[in-house]
Amino acid sequence: MLEIKDIDKLAKLARIELTEEEKEKLLKDIGPILGYVAQINEVAANMNTEKKAPEHRNITRADDHATESGTNTEAFVTNMPESERNYLKVKKIL
Amino acid sequence: MIDIKNLTVQKAHEALTKGEYTAVALAEAYLAEIKKTDTKLHAYLEVYSDVIEQAKVADAKIKSGKIELLTGIPIAVKDNILIKGRIASSASKILEHYTAIYDATVIEKLKKDGVVFIGRTNMDEFAMGGSTENSAYGVTKNPIDANRVSGGSSGGSAAAVAADLALIALGSDTGGSIRQPASFCGIVGLKPTYGAVSRYGVMAMGSSLDQIGPFGKTVADAEILFNAIKGEDKMDSTTLSDKKSEKISADKKFKIGVPRDFLNMGGIDASIIKNFEESLLKLKKLGHTIVDIALPNLKYSLAVYYIIVPAEVSSNMARFDGVRYGTRVSGNNGIDDYFKSRQAGLGAEVKRRIILGTYVLSSGYYDAYYNKANIVRELITADYKKAFRDVDVIITPTTPDIAFKIGEKVNDPLKMYLEDIFTVPINLAGIPAISVPSGFKDVEGKQLPMGIQFIANHECENTLFAVSKNFLGEK
Repeated sequence: MLEIKDIDKLAKLARIELTEEEKEKLLKDIGPILGYVAQINEVAANMNTEKKAPEHRNITRADDHATESGTNTEAFVTNMPESERNYLKVKKIL
Repeated sequence: MIDIKNLTVQKAHEALTKGEYTAVALAEAYLAEIKKTDTKLHAYLEVYSDVIEQAKVADAKIKSGKIELLTGIPIAVKDNILIKGRIASSASKILEHYTAIYDATVIEKLKKDGVVFIGRTNMDEFAMGGSTENSAYGVTKNPIDANRVSGGSSGGSAAAVAADLALIALGSDTGGSIRQPASFCGIVGLKPTYGAVSRYGVMAMGSSLDQIGPFGKTVADAEILFNAIKGEDKMDSTTLSDKKSEKISADKKFKIGVPRDFLNMGGIDASIIKNFEESLLKLKKLGHTIVDIALPNLKYSLAVYYIIVPAEVSSNMARFDGVRYGTRVSGNNGIDDYFKSRQAGLGAEVKRRIILGTYVLSSGYYDAYYNKANIVRELITADYKKAFRDVDVIITPTTPDIAFKIGEKVNDPLKMYLEDIFTVPINLAGIPAISVPSGFKDVEGKQLPMGIQFIANHECENTLFAVSKNFLGEK
């Protein structure tokens, strides 16, 4: 069973601040959902789960779509929450 | 007066070609209807201010003799698809002021055809939900009954087409987000084969399941829009290579499979079952062969889906952190900015799926959930593969009930998830399916639409169009 401290840990991993009320609600909601999805064990419990990379393949292409420097700068900068002289502004890291 | 109520793309195209009316007049007719009803419905998050200018460009194109089937056709676009220079918010607070810096591939194609974009439509935030109640900007009401939901997540697009606020519309479908609102609003909605339509420029939700698809009042309208947007795209490596697909006559007789066990699980409203049986009878009378088939692993679809989707959501949503774009809420330091921005910018369902996804992907649980879900997903896919050796089409209801009341399920996420029982397995298998109107349930004097879902094998959309037209008596 999940507890509030588990929700805390998951929220920290997911970089989301949650209010106490939100945590209680999540705890209440997630329990039944996990209970429901556990029914896959009826079929999957005895199956070999080791290899299982799905049947997908990587498709690559040459990096030949480079646009000239500055082409989209204005559009990018307009969407930035904070900017200065066409640079994205963030808080000091060190 | 243009009769927009009975208008189809083909009819509008002919009228525009003959000069019976202009694209401007057509756009004005839709804008007038929007003015009249959308304050109540709330299908649109934004009606563009340059609709008439776009229509003038279309008229110039028509005058110069370069008319295409979709030139001048008014279309609504779900708010998670990018149109350069316009806001695309995915109905989220975190992207409230986000302006798209490029066109989605589907938009680029439609622009070439000269369509008129009417506006961006309401949806569940980042396409997570089945009722548009998760929109940060309020619910879209059902055009038939304002106390009920329009469905979701593409509820705004469905309501817009059903209420004649656009002739056709684009939506996206990860687990039923086109078909379910189409059914609730009494129109046609197609979820194409995974890879049939490029997703470059649509905001990702469940990347192994998402597809863009069309809404229309008729099968032919949905078909026209699908043909306009489909095709291989070097910007989306999951797109399938172009193949010549033969149009199939609407008179062709098909072998149609009914997954009886799956339908007998319970939880389906009696009116839906009755309507479904009537639909089967109708198909039989039309000369199709109806057989029972077994899809034994389909009953695990929802369980698989609600592991895979949160897992993919938790990684796809990581980009919304308030750093490069979107809402930023300032904290004590850089990391704290993430926590505060995501707290303020994301809604309850998005947070729920992120937390759930983080859990199922976390060390120690990955094997128990995500890995096993992928194995069962393969079993489900194999069930369909086997069934399609014997039948051309599979049929189910689109939804277990008619459109529910606003607020009815919003506090019980599991109950809301169970709404997707018939639509989710199709996305897991990557095959195409279409929802078409199949009748009405009379509730308190209101005729609430029901829908049936035709399902075909990979890249067999033309089979779906043929059987659907035959069912609806469309030529």
